[in-house]
Amino acid sequence: MDLSTTYMGLKLKNPIVPSASPLSENVDTVKAMEDAGAAAVVVYSLFEEQITHETGELDHYLSFHAESYAEATTYFPEPEEFTLGPYEYLDHIANLKKAVDIPVIGSLNGVSSGGWAKYAKNIQDAGADAIELNVYYIPTNPNITGSEIENMYVDTLKAVKENVTIPVAIKLSPFFTSMANMAKKLDHAGANALVLFNRFYQPDFDLENLEVVPNLELSSNWEMRLPLRWIAILYGQIKASLAATSGIHNHLDVLKIMMAGGDVAMMASELLRNGIGRISEILKDLEHWMEEHEYDSIDLMKGSMSQKSVNEPAAFERANYMKLLQSYEPKF
Amino acid sequence: MEHRKITIDGNEAAAKIAYQLSEVIAIYPITPSSGMGEMSDAWSAAGKKNIWGTVPSVTEMQSEGGASGAIHGSVQGGALATTFTASQGLLLMIPNMYKIAGELTPAVFHVSARSLAVQALSIFGDHSDVMQVRQTGFGMMASGSVQEVQDLAAITHKSSIESRIPFVHFFDGFRTSHEVQKIDELTTEELKQLIDNKFVYEHRKRAMNPDNPFIRGTSQNPDVYFQGRETVNKYYLAAPDIVQNAMDKFAEITGRHYHLFDYYGAPDAKRVIVIMGSGGETVEETVKYLTENMEEKVGLIKVRLYRPFSAKHLFKALPKTVESIAVLDRTKEPGSTGEPMYLDVVAAFSEAMSSDNKPFEKMPKIVGGRYGLSSKEFTPAMVKAVFDNLKLEEPKNHFTVGIYDDVTNTSLEFDKNFIIEDKNATKCMFFGLGSDGTVGANKNSIKIIGEETDNYAQGYFVYDSKKSGSSTISHLRFGKNPIHSTYLIQEANFVACHQFTLMERFDVLEKIKEGGTFLLNSPYKTEEVWDKLPKKVQKQIIDKNLEFYVIDAYDVAKKTGMGVRINTIMQTCFFAISGILPKEEAIQKIKDAIKKTYGKKGDVIVQKNFAAVDETLAHLNKIDYPKEVTSDIELPPVVSPKAPEFVREVEAMMIAGKGDEIPVSKLPADGTYPSATARWEKRNIALEVPVWEPDLCIQCNKCVIACPHAAIRAKVYDMELTQKAPETFKWVEARGKEDKGKAYTIQVAVEDCTGCQLCVEVCPAKDKKEVKRKAINMAPQIPLREKERENFEFFLEIPEYDRTKLKIDSVAGSQLLEPLFEFSGACPGCGETPYVKLVSQLFGDRAVIANATGCSSIYGGNLPTTPWAVNKEGRGPAWNNSLFEDNAEFGLGLRLAIDRETEFARELLSGLKEDVGAELVEEILTAPQKTEIEIKQQRERVAKLKEILEKLDKPEAKELLTVIDYLVTRSVWIIGGDGWAYDIGYGGLDHVLASGKNVNILVLDTEVYSNTGGQQSKATALGAVAKFAAAGKPIPKKDLARMAMSYGNVYVAQVAMGANDLQTVRAFIEAERYDGPSIIIAYSHCIAFGMNMAKGFEHQKLAVESGYWPMFRYNPLNIEKGKNPLKLDYKGPKIPLKEYVYRETRFKMLTKSHPERAAELLDAAQEHVKEVWKIYSHMAAMDYSNFVENKKEETEEAK
Repeated sequence: MDLSTTYMGLKLKNPIVPSASPLSENVDTVKAMEDAGAAAVVVYSLFEEQITHETGELDHYLSFHAESYAEATTYFPEPEEFTLGPYEYLDHIANLKKAVDIPVIGSLNGVSSGGWAKYAKNIQDAGADAIELNVYYIPTNPNITGSEIENMYVDTLKAVKENVTIPVAIKLSPFFTSMANMAKKLDHAGANALVLFNRFYQPDFDLENLEVVPNLELSSNWEMRLPLRWIAILYGQIKASLAATSGIHNHLDVLKIMMAGGDVAMMASELLRNGIGRISEILKDLEHWMEEHEYDSIDLMKGSMSQKSVNEPAAFERANYMKLLQSYEPKF
Repeated sequence: MEHRKITIDGNEAAAKIAYQLSEVIAIYPITPSSGMGEMSDAWSAAGKKNIWGTVPSVTEMQSEGGASGAIHGSVQGGALATTFTASQGLLLMIPNMYKIAGELTPAVFHVSARSLAVQALSIFGDHSDVMQVRQTGFGMMASGSVQEVQDLAAITHKSSIESRIPFVHFFDGFRTSHEVQKIDELTTEELKQLIDNKFVYEHRKRAMNPDNPFIRGTSQNPDVYFQGRETVNKYYLAAPDIVQNAMDKFAEITGRHYHLFDYYGAPDAKRVIVIMGSGGETVEETVKYLTENMEEKVGLIKVRLYRPFSAKHLFKALPKTVESIAVLDRTKEPGSTGEPMYLDVVAAFSEAMSSDNKPFEKMPKIVGGRYGLSSKEFTPAMVKAVFDNLKLEEPKNHFTVGIYDDVTNTSLEFDKNFIIEDKNATKCMFFGLGSDGTVGANKNSIKIIGEETDNYAQGYFVYDSKKSGSSTISHLRFGKNPIHSTYLIQEANFVACHQFTLMERFDVLEKIKEGGTFLLNSPYKTEEVWDKLPKKVQKQIIDKNLEFYVIDAYDVAKKTGMGVRINTIMQTCFFAISGILPKEEAIQKIKDAIKKTYGKKGDVIVQKNFAAVDETLAHLNKIDYPKEVTSDIELPPVVSPKAPEFVREVEAMMIAGKGDEIPVSKLPADGTYPSATARWEKRNIALEVPVWEPDLCIQCNKCVIACPHAAIRAKVYDMELTQKAPETFKWVEARGKEDKGKAYTIQVAVEDCTGCQLCVEVCPAKDKKEVKRKAINMAPQIPLREKERENFEFFLEIPEYDRTKLKIDSVAGSQLLEPLFEFSGACPGCGETPYVKLVSQLFGDRAVIANATGCSSIYGGNLPTTPWAVNKEGRGPAWNNSLFEDNAEFGLGLRLAIDRETEFARELLSGLKEDVGAELVEEILTAPQKTEIEIKQQRERVAKLKEILEKLDKPEAKELLTVIDYLVTRSVWIIGGDGWAYDIGYGGLDHVLASGKNVNILVLDTEVYSNTGGQQSKATALGAVAKFAAAGKPIPKKDLARMAMSYGNVYVAQVAMGANDLQTVRAFIEAERYDGPSIIIAYSHCIAFGMNMAKGFEHQKLAVESGYWPMFRYNPLNIEKGKNPLKLDYKGPKIPLKEYVYRETRFKMLTKSHPERAAELLDAAQEHVKEVWKIYSHMAAMDYSNFVENKKEETEEAK
């Protein structure tokens, strides 16, 4: 049984890749994921703000109230050096590379093109096999146009690509007016893979305290329909590899993604919820299903149900919507 | 010999040498010596080696007594050992000093000499402490400058090792310990050449060693003790020559030659001053001036080796022509025939001149004088006055200089205009705030100038007595000549004022010379600045024809992402204007310094600072000002004319920085100062203050309980009064059931508020239409100042709520009690003061407070003013600070006295039953006095008794009147921080808990020594970084509460006001009502946590929710009722520990400095939190229903 797949030039033993999550914060956990069968790992994100914020915070509080009062001209010991922001992350990448044999994909999360390129280079130098750019951007400013935002994505990608030789994936949100066009633009700008899609954590309201509270909900299974559709649509239209993320919880989801044309199926919520042992279970189920259904390789199924390969290409389009609504039978 | 120049302060100079010449360092923090221990600890942690190629061990002890004990052990164990201390710390070392000296073991104690706590504590410099150890058998070496500190430190270590006599090496606290100077560096190589290892090996050979057993430390009897004591004589006789040989050897190596007594001045001097320490520098400068410019025959002896005192060497150093000598002592010994060094010199002369071999033809006149106590300025003018005194036929003896003593007339007059500072030197003064980084920037500038140019450089920094809104004044001198001026700048070429508002507080331009340069950071536009200056300042600028520059540094800081830190910007301005370095070069050097200072904190910070430097010059403008004064802005009076006389005449002088001018007669003789004076010191330090929105307020009074400065208050009062209220005064109908129809007001004292925002953070009431608007919101202070001042004055006039009718065991009720602790100098957002204030509200009118030294004694008792206040009836907390180490005992002493006097009063009263009337006597003697109403009734009875007694013509009645006040119950509070309670004062605290006496102990637990700058204590948490725990504390904090519970009869509470304010209020009331020892351990967030202080209460909440800070009350009274005495007021760990701890730099920074260790310690800390919960929940679940009966049975059986 050949489960192997190729993701932005990386030969992977199977299509299951744990996506960026706290699970990658610990070397031992990553090792365990490898042992469970993960084909590669996307390391948790290095946040641009985190780097700026952390150093600013450290500088502020270490010197806060210093030289104000004769008896206490300082309040903290000053270590010889600090492992700050990127360095901590880079050390972690290097340590992971030492500990595991599977490809290690570094992840950068931010919105400006300023410091990014440099950090991407650092991640490459630390030994990462690829980089995933996570452009998590909420366009709240009403004066910024859609095309400006699209250009910002493209420019960011280009800036990073110029600085590194390893493959670069870009993780996107689904909120583009013309998703397909956006995918094409990024493809042209040199993206080695598109990771579909980013989940935006929507804040919640605490009504007792009248506060806006951050709220992290793990993904639900239905969420994989969105990447599923877009992978099916984009398959064959762009050069970049396609990765699905959000809502992939079992072997059936993985199969669907592969058939839509995805190269890898990324998972986080399922592993956070039910443990990293799920990887080996899903792989087993996957093999079992393929055996039963007489598929001897992933390659065989890849893109087999993409828009261009199915009988009803319209199923991915407006027609499907119409059909769905019409088939709905009211209960009352 | 060319030496590398370094620019360091005295503490670093001493520590550098001590570290390299020691194997064991045991210390305890005390100002101004703490820096030496901290540096040593940092070096040790970084693996820096001593001259023998091994890393010295550095251990923080629980007290200086402990440190000296550890040193005694270490030297007996064969190590070369050192410690650093000052003041009371040195006093605590005395017992061991006798031992160490008695056993002839080398050791060096480096002391940044400091005043002793006498009529008051003072952290500043003089020789009061070191003079107390001159009889211990320790040698004593004095240094007067940073260069000497380094050099003589090395000579002292060598001398001690070779002579076997332990030494104190001292230098003046602050003046030298904190003065930054450019000096020639003594290299490790030179140190190696200096030390003769032969003596080191001999020392090791004498160590305690089971392979060569002996006993030391015997107890001796009348037959031999005396002879035994005399055995050491030969070592002391040999010591002076050993020291001089060490100095000679040092000179061979470095070219710098010292002597036991160094003479400077005319070779044929007639008048000579003998002096030790930094004062010698100023005398040297003055002698140089007087001999060169005025041809005076004067000179000075700098005493280096004070013990053993070698008269022989003194006579050799003095010119034979000397006719009169003034010996200046920087200490005071009341009741003596003179201060110690004076007596030494007199004795030496008298002995020698009455011998056959007279060293001088004629006995010189010798007088003694005191100067410079507590870092009092000692200037050339004062030196000249001393020399002038010596010219007199009968010079004044036992004089003082530097003050005006109009009581016993000891003081010498001096001419303030006698200024001889080096005309060619550049002298700069900088007025800034602690928070704006002025001092840090100046320290950087000195380093740049000292190390990058051939200029000599000196920096000295004067700090405020307050911890919030504190100002700093930096004094920087640069020049081609060595700088000996060990006093503040008297004539400045350059003055910078980094805060516009400081011009109101200080006479910023007082010291600037004609034609000098004035740099002002102004929030106003260049063209507006002139008109915004006060009249007086305009006049000074015009009269002195100043070059006047301005910059809006806050604007530049904002634009370049620097926030409110203007240090780099102002530093750039200084270099741009002062011309000390070519502009381009200066900017490059500043940038290099930035890289050095901030590099390790990340490139972002470096780039921000670079941007600030680059932006600065474009915003720096020279002002072309008119030749006439145009302003009509007058400076406000220092205090209100309504203030009491003492405040107006004495304390106002201190507030205005003119305390040096207060004569002796104006000061109390016994250290007693009036209460309730902080209210007159309007500091106006908050940029933004809270504004109350009556329509949203739910009247919970949480803002009031949280306010660390009692600057936000609530009152409920008769509605009628609102008619007389000022126009903008706000009120709303009171909500309380009992208060129907009454008015309710929250009033802010905007001039006293520090702008910390705790009140806003704790306010639970939000506007339903716009949730960000609360019942309290911050708004700029200046537009509110005038109106709110008037409103606050009106508010104070509103009568207080009747205490007896309040539900004081609630938050809302307790916060209608008048605070008798207000407007302290504590940090903005302080976590301690809300508890202290609560004590003052609940029990202040009958409280007697023993306060341990530390933050609370500083914000509670640091002059000029005190926050401890008085109510309308004239009652308020009686407060005193004894020491750091003895506070529990001090408080117990107060209790014992109160109990004794109360008992005596009761005895007298019983004896007067017939005269007074049996009923009243009975009522007084049996009054329960637990509740407010009961106490009020007792006060009324006692008042009635007083009236009766005053009419009685009986000696017993008169006597009873002297103790009658004791018949009303008093509440004894013993307050202090964790450094006291967990460490230095623990033995006493434990004893007091065991005494069974009715005292209330409040531990303000900040989990570090806050006042001295964040050194670890035994309260420091597992995994927290603190000084002396740079790699994170590896063991959990001591569970003081559980230890106290083990007695069974101690009321114990652990509280966190931010997590549960009601539990706090109840715990305080229960503790006070408990007739026995009580201890409350209060979580007190602190700036030493490295956190946003406005979020202090939120952190407290997280601390409790994570289980980090268990909250509970252990009330022994419940045992009697068959109930479990322990009631848990928290629900165990509910959130992961890291969600709390990583919000604070003290924990978080470890993840940046030692990431792996941080992870390990976090795991351990998380486990610990769970364990503690298990233990406490288990304890709280124990069944006590049969406890009392079982106990009875056991007692019966035992019988």
